[in-house]
Amino acid sequence: MTRITLDGVGHAYGRGNYALSPINHVWQQGRAYALLGPSGCGKTTLLNIISGLVIPSEGRLLFDDRDVTRLPTEQRNIAQVFQFPVIYDTMTVAENLAFPLRNRRMRPVEINARVREVAAMLDLTAVLARPARGLTADAKQKISLGRGLVRRDVSAVLFDEPLTVIDPALKWDLRSKLKAVHQALDLLMIYVTHDQVEALTFADLVVVMNEGRAVQIGTPAELFERPAHKFVGYFIGSPGMNFLPARVVGNSAVVDNHQIRLAGSYAASPDGHAELGIRPDYATLGSTGDLPVRVRRVDDLGRLRLAHVSLGQHEMVATVPPGYSISGQEARMTLSPAHLHVYVDDVRVEGRMEGMAA
Amino acid sequence: MSDDQMVIAKPFYNRGWLFVLPVLAFVLFSSLIPVMTVVNYSVQDTFGQNNFFWNGAGWFRALLDPSTDIGGRFAGAVVRNFIFSFVVLALEIPLGIAVSLCIPRHSWRVGAVLVVIALPMLIPWNVVGTIWEIFARQDIGLLGSTLNRIGIPYNDVEDPFSAWATIVTIDVWHWTSMVALLCYAGLKAIPDAFYQAARIDGASRWSVFRNIELPKLRKVLIIAMLLRFMESFMIYTEPFIVTGGGPGEATSFLSIDLVKLALGQVDLGNAAAMSLTYNLITLTVCWVFFTYTTHSEQRQSAIETA
Repeated sequence: MTRITLDGVGHAYGRGNYALSPINHVWQQGRAYALLGPSGCGKTTLLNIISGLVIPSEGRLLFDDRDVTRLPTEQRNIAQVFQFPVIYDTMTVAENLAFPLRNRRMRPVEINARVREVAAMLDLTAVLARPARGLTADAKQKISLGRGLVRRDVSAVLFDEPLTVIDPALKWDLRSKLKAVHQALDLLMIYVTHDQVEALTFADLVVVMNEGRAVQIGTPAELFERPAHKFVGYFIGSPGMNFLPARVVGNSAVVDNHQIRLAGSYAASPDGHAELGIRPDYATLGSTGDLPVRVRRVDDLGRLRLAHVSLGQHEMVATVPPGYSISGQEARMTLSPAHLHVYVDDVRVEGRMEGMAA
Repeated sequence: MSDDQMVIAKPFYNRGWLFVLPVLAFVLFSSLIPVMTVVNYSVQDTFGQNNFFWNGAGWFRALLDPSTDIGGRFAGAVVRNFIFSFVVLALEIPLGIAVSLCIPRHSWRVGAVLVVIALPMLIPWNVVGTIWEIFARQDIGLLGSTLNRIGIPYNDVEDPFSAWATIVTIDVWHWTSMVALLCYAGLKAIPDAFYQAARIDGASRWSVFRNIELPKLRKVLIIAMLLRFMESFMIYTEPFIVTGGGPGEATSFLSIDLVKLALGQVDLGNAAAMSLTYNLITLTVCWVFFTYTTHSEQRQSAIETA
C-alpha cells in the first residue's frame, strides 16, 4: 500500500451532528503524520475510521485504489496503539508479540523469528520470557506497538495518544523509539495527540483539528509561521498568537489609530474589518519602534522574557530582546511585517506582494 | 510564615476507642453470647431444669465417629452437602459467565434485561420452595405432569435422582443471576480498547474470552464462588419445603438434619456439637479457598517484579 485516501469521509452521530466533518486528504506511505487538536475535536474518530473501528456515515476510505470503507478491522493491514497499554495479562511478552501471528496461523518457526526481530527493535529482548502484566507502562506500550509491527503486512501504524500514561521522563525515550521505528521501517504513521510538542517533534505533517474539522494541514514550520486559521494561531505556540482587531486597506492596517505597515496588499474586506495576527516571537519591545505600548507584566522564562503589554485597549504578548531593560511602563514595539498575517472571519487571507522590493 | 508554625504535633488520642464500645457491646449481645450458649451445650449434657453435667468432648467424639448412629448421619450429610455445593458451583459459574456475556452493553435493553435476570433473586427462599413444590407435583404441577406425560419418569418425593435434580435446578434458577450480575459488572469494567486491540490482532471470539475476559473476571469470580459456596453449603429452605429431606435421607443436608436434631428431637448436646462443626467446616473451606487464590496472585506478582 502506498497511500490512504480520505474521500469526503465524515461521521455524524444522528443527523447533522458531526463528530467529524467530511474531509479529503491523502496519507502517503513512509511519512509521519500527527492529528493535533483539543479533546473532542474528532481526531480519535478519524483514527478509528482509518482502522475500521468506526464505519464513517459518509464518504469513502481508499487504501491505494481499493475501497475499504466497510472492510472489517482485522482484514485491514493496520496496527493501532491505544491511549492505555493493551496487553494480554495471562501471556508472557513473547506470547503477546506472537498473538497476532498465531491468530493468522503463521508457522511457529516464522513466528519465533519475527518476534525476536521485533523485540530486538523495541529493546524487549531481555524481558521476552517475563509475564507481560508486571511490566511498566512504557514497556507495555512498546508491547502494544510490537504486536502491530510483527505483522509483515502492516503498512500503517495508528497511535491514539500513546504517551498519556507514560512517565514524563520516559516520554522522550519512547517518542524517539517511535521515530527510530518509523525511520527503520517504511511505514505510514498517524499519531493522535493534544500535545503540540509531541505533534511537532514527531510528525512531518500535522493536521490541526478543531470542532470536527481539519483547519490546517502543514509542516510544523508552516503551522508556526503561517497559521491558516485563528485556531491554529492560538493552539500552536506557547503562548499563542496575538490577534488585534484592525481596519485593513491596501498595505496598511489601522489598530486604535496606530498605522501598521503590512508586507502585502490586501483587498478591503466588505466592512473593512479584519484581524492582525502576530506571534509574540515577532513582536519585539525596544526603546525605538513604531508603536507605543504600556507594559503590564514581564514573565522571565529563563531563556527569554515575555512582556504582557497593552497597545491602546488591546492586550498582547511581546518578546523582550536580551540587553533591553524596561524602565517604567512605557516602551515601543516593533512588529515584523513579514510575520504579520491578516485574518478575515478567522481565516487567513493572502496578501498580494508588490514589486518584491522589500 | 515560618516552618516552626507549620509543624503541628500529630495528635494521638485513644479516645476513639470509646466510640467503638457500643458496637462491641452490640456484637457481644447479638452474636458472641448466643454462640457461647451453643458452645455451652456442646460440652455439657442437660436433663432440663437448667441442670448441666460436664461431658467434655463427648458429643464431638460421637459426632466425628462414623460408626456411631449420630456420626453416620453426620458424615452422610457432610458428603451430601459437599456434592451439592460442588454440583451447584459447577453449573452456576459457567452458566453465569455465559449469561453475562449475552447481556447487552448499551441502550435501554440493559436495564430491561438486568431487571428480568435479577427477578429470581428477589423472591424469598420459602416462596421459591413453594413455587417449585407445586411446579414439580405429578398431578397438578406443570413440570411434573409434563415430564411424566412425555415419558420421563419423574417423582421428586419418591425418586432420589428426581429429588436431587429438583433441588439443584431450584438453586441454579435462584442464584445463577447473581453470578451473572457480578460477571456483568466485571465485563463492563474492561475498556473498549482491549476488544479493539483484539480485533486488530485478529483474535477469535473464543480467544477474546480466553485471553481478555476470563483473566479480567478472575477477581469477580473468586467473590462469586465464595458467596455461592457459603450459601449453597447452608442450603435449608428449598429441600425442607420441596422434599422434606427425603426420599429417605437423600436430600437431608446438614442444616435439615440439624433442625431435626435440635427442634424435633431436642437433642441439644448433639445439635450444638454438630452446628459448631458445621460452622467450622464452612469457615475452613472459605479460608483455604480465599488464601489459596490470593496467595497464588501474590506469588504471580512476586515472580513478575523479581
